Amino acid sequence: MMLAASASTGWFLENAFLIPLIPAIGFAIIIGFGRRLPKGGSEVGIASMALSLAIAIGATVQWIQRVGSVDEGSGEHALGGVFGFARSVFPTATEGGHGGEAYVEPVIRSWTWWQSGSLEFGLGQHIDGLAVMLLLLVAFISLLVQIFSTEYVAGDRRYTHFFAALTLFSAGMLVMVLAENMIQLILGWEIMGLCSFMLIGHWWEEEANSRAALKAFFTVRVGDMGLLVGTAVIFFGANQWAVENGSNGFSIQAISGWAMSGEASTSVLFWGAVALFIACIGKSGQFPLHIWLPDAMAGPTPVSSLLHSSTMVVAGVFLVARLYPVFYTGFDIGGTNVNLIAVIGAITIVIAAALAFVQNDIKKVLAYSTVSQLGYMMLGLGVGAWLPAVFHIFTHAFFKCCLFLAAGSISHSGSHHSFDMKKDMGGLWRKMPITAGSWMISTAALCGVPFFSGFFSKDEIIDNAHNNGYTFFYYVGLVGAAMTAAYMTRATYLTFFGTARGAAAGEHHDEHDAHDTAAHHDDHDADHGAHGADHHDDHHGAHAGPHESPWRITAPLVILAALAIGSGYLNAPAVGTHYFTDWVEPRGAAVELDGYASDEGHSEALGLAALPRAEEGYSEGCGYTDPSPGTVCYAPKLNHAEFSWGKAAPSIILVAFGIGISAWLSLGVFGGRRNPFVGLTRRFAPARWIHTLLVRKYFLDDLYERVIVRSVAHPISKAAYWVNQNILDGVVNGVGKSGRSAGDWVYRNVDQRVVDGAVKASGVVASESGHALQPIQSGRVNQYGALLFGAATVGAILLILLNI
Amino acid sequence: MYAANFLLLGAVLFSIGVFGVIARRNAVMVLMSIELILNAVNINLIAFALMNDSAEGHVFALYVIAVAAAEVGVGLAMVLMIYRNRRSIALDELSEMRG
Repeated sequence: MMLAASASTGWFLENAFLIPLIPAIGFAIIIGFGRRLPKGGSEVGIASMALSLAIAIGATVQWIQRVGSVDEGSGEHALGGVFGFARSVFPTATEGGHGGEAYVEPVIRSWTWWQSGSLEFGLGQHIDGLAVMLLLLVAFISLLVQIFSTEYVAGDRRYTHFFAALTLFSAGMLVMVLAENMIQLILGWEIMGLCSFMLIGHWWEEEANSRAALKAFFTVRVGDMGLLVGTAVIFFGANQWAVENGSNGFSIQAISGWAMSGEASTSVLFWGAVALFIACIGKSGQFPLHIWLPDAMAGPTPVSSLLHSSTMVVAGVFLVARLYPVFYTGFDIGGTNVNLIAVIGAITIVIAAALAFVQNDIKKVLAYSTVSQLGYMMLGLGVGAWLPAVFHIFTHAFFKCCLFLAAGSISHSGSHHSFDMKKDMGGLWRKMPITAGSWMISTAALCGVPFFSGFFSKDEIIDNAHNNGYTFFYYVGLVGAAMTAAYMTRATYLTFFGTARGAAAGEHHDEHDAHDTAAHHDDHDADHGAHGADHHDDHHGAHAGPHESPWRITAPLVILAALAIGSGYLNAPAVGTHYFTDWVEPRGAAVELDGYASDEGHSEALGLAALPRAEEGYSEGCGYTDPSPGTVCYAPKLNHAEFSWGKAAPSIILVAFGIGISAWLSLGVFGGRRNPFVGLTRRFAPARWIHTLLVRKYFLDDLYERVIVRSVAHPISKAAYWVNQNILDGVVNGVGKSGRSAGDWVYRNVDQRVVDGAVKASGVVASESGHALQPIQSGRVNQYGALLFGAATVGAILLILLNI
Repeated sequence: MYAANFLLLGAVLFSIGVFGVIARRNAVMVLMSIELILNAVNINLIAFALMNDSAEGHVFALYVIAVAAAEVGVGLAMVLMIYRNRRSIALDELSEMRG
C-alpha cells in the first residue's frame, strides 16, 4: 500500500536517542577521569548537558515542523509517514480530519537489546510531543543546575562524584522520557532512584543525611514494586493484541493502542493501572508515600532543585501521562466523576499545602509545595485534563527550580548556610535584590497570580475539573490554590521582609550545633573539613554579612525567573495562544493500521470515511467509542474547557484572599503587629492540636516508623534472630560436629589403613621387584645383546605361531 | 630367481651378526657384527622391494645405510675413548654400569 509521507522528520528527531546517551558517556568520563581534569569533571558534565540541550532544541524545532506538516497534509488526504526503522510496525496513516486534529505519528526507533525466546527486549526512542517537551525541559534545567552547582559545591570533597551523579541522574530521566518500551522506562526509572539516593546522601557523614537518603530510597522502592507488577500485568494483557499487530506487550505504543482498542479486559486494565499508579505515588511523592520528599532536602540545594523541578518527582506524573490510555480506560476517567488518581491528587494537594504552613526550613516549605503541585498534576490527569497537567509540569519546572535555586542562593550568600527562616533570615530583599526579585516572580507564578505562568496551567486544571464533571475536585483545587498563595506569602515574608535575624543580620555564629539539626540538613558545615583552611577563611572573609550571590548563581535565577513568566504564554488561553496544545497533546484520532487494507478487501471505503469524526460535543471518537475495524487509537480524545475570565475569577479571588490573609497574619505573628490571631495556638486548644498534628506531619512518619516498621520488622528480626540462634546455629553446629566425627573415622580407617597401606605396599613391591631384577643389569653389553635378541626371538616365534 | 635365496642370505648374515654381538669380546668386532645385522635387514628390504616392485624398500634401505654410518661413527668414537682410558677394548671387563 502506497502512502505518501507527509509527516516531516529530520536528523534531530531520528537521532534523539543521543540526548540521554551523551550524558551517560559524560558520566563514564567524569567517573573515570574527572579527578584528573582541571575543573574536576564539572566541565564534562556541563558540556554533555549543553550538547544534549542542543540536540533537544533541534528535535523540538523539527517536531514542531512535523506537527505543522501533518496539519497541512491532513487537509488533502489521509497520510502518514512510513519509516523504515528496525521495527516500523505501527500506523502508517493519519485520519483525514480538520486541521489540528490529525494524529501525529511519533518517531519510533528500536534496537534489540536482548532476546528471550520469541520476546525481544528493545531499547529505542518514542518521540512525541510529550517526550520532546520533557527532553527539552530536563536538558535545560540540568544545564542550569550544573552551572549553579559549580559555584554552590565548589571545594566540596566529593565534587567530582557530585557531578558524575548529577549527570547520570539527568541521563536516567532522559532515558525514561524517550523510552520506547516499558523495560527501558524501568531502566531509566531505576537509574534515577539510585542517583537520587547518592545525591540526597551526598553529605553522608551526617547521620541525618544518610537516613534521609535511605528513607527516600526505601519509600520509593515500596512504590516501585507497583511498577514491576503493573508492567507484568499490562504485558500479559497486551501482548497478544500487540503481537497480532507486529509488536510486543512492552511497547508503549502497542500498550496504548491495546488499551484504546476496546478488546482489552477491563479488570486487567484496572489492576494494571492501579499497580502502575502505586509506582507513581511513590516516585511523585503522592499521599501516603510523600514522606520521603521533604526529607530529601538533606541533599545539596542544586539536587533538591533538580529533583523537584524536572526530574525524579515528575517521573510518576510522566508515567501516567505516557500510558494515559491505560489509566483513562482502566479508571474510566471519561465516564465517572471520581477515581483513584483524582482522589490521591486531591488529598495530596490539601495535606501537603497544610504542612507547608508550619515549616521553618525554607526548603521544606518548597518541598511540601512541590508535593502539593504534584498533586495538582495528578488531579489534572485524574480528571481528564491531560494537557493542563502536562503543561503544569512544564511551567512548574521553571518556577520551582528558580525557587529552590533562590533558596540555595540565600543560604550561600545571605544566611551563612542556614535554611531556617525564623532564625537566620528576614529583611533580605535589600541585600539580595536579584535573588529576591526572581523569588517574587516565581512565587507569583506558583501561587497562580494572573499573567504568570502558573496561572495558565493551574487554573486550566481547575477549570477542566469543573468542565469534565469532577465538581468536588474543582473545589479542592480552589482551596489548594488559596492555601498555596497563603503559605508562599508566609515564606516570602519570613525570608525577605521584616527585621533581619541571626545570620541575615550579619551575626557570626560558628556554634552551628546550637541550631536545630533538622533545620539545616544542607549545612555546609558538615563539609568544612574538606573545604580546606584557605577556602574556609575566604568564605568567612566574604561573609561580612548578607550579600548578592556571584553570577554563576544569579544567572540561572534570572533565566528561570524570566521563564517563570514567559513559559505560560505558550498556552495562555487568556491571550489566545495554544501552541502547547498543538505541539504536545497526542491527538485522539483513529489511525489506520498498517497492512489492514489487504485483509478483506475493504480498504479505502472503510478506512477513512467511516472513521469517527470529532465534532463539537465529542459524543464519539477515541475513548468514547471503540475504534472501527482496521483502525487504532493511541490517545483518548479529551475535552478542553473554554477559558473565560468569569470562570477564572473564583480562583483569582481565592488566591488574592490567601495572599491577603497570610500577609496580615504574618505581620501579626512574625512582625509584631497585634491582631486577634497572635498566640492563638496557646489560647485555643483545637488550634494547638491542629498545629501539633501538622508539625508532626500527621504522625505519618510515626505510623510508618513506629507502628509499621516496628510491628512488622521488629518481630521479624526477633524471630529471625531466634531462628538464627536456635535452628540455624543448631544445624550448623550439628553439621560441624558430625562432619568432624566423620572426618575422624575417615582418617583412622580410610586414610590410615587403605590409602596409606596402598602407598606403602606399592613402595615395598617396587623395592622387592627391583632387588629381584638386579642381577639382569650386569653391565655386560654382550649379555644385554643376548637378552635383546632372545626376547626378539621369542617374540618372533610367538608371532609366527599365532599367525599360522 | 627366488626371493627365498635372498631371504636365506639375509637370515644367515643376521645369525652371524647376532652370534658376533653375543660372543665376541672385542668391541670393534661387536660393532662390525651390528653392521652385519643391519645389512642383513637391508638385503631383506631390497628383496621384498624387488618382489613387490616398489621403491619404498630401496628408500628405506638407503636410510638404514645412512643411520648405520652415523652409528658406526659414534660407536667407534666411544670405543676409541674407552681404549684411551683403559688401554683395552675387551667388553667383558666393562661392567661399571652394573645395577
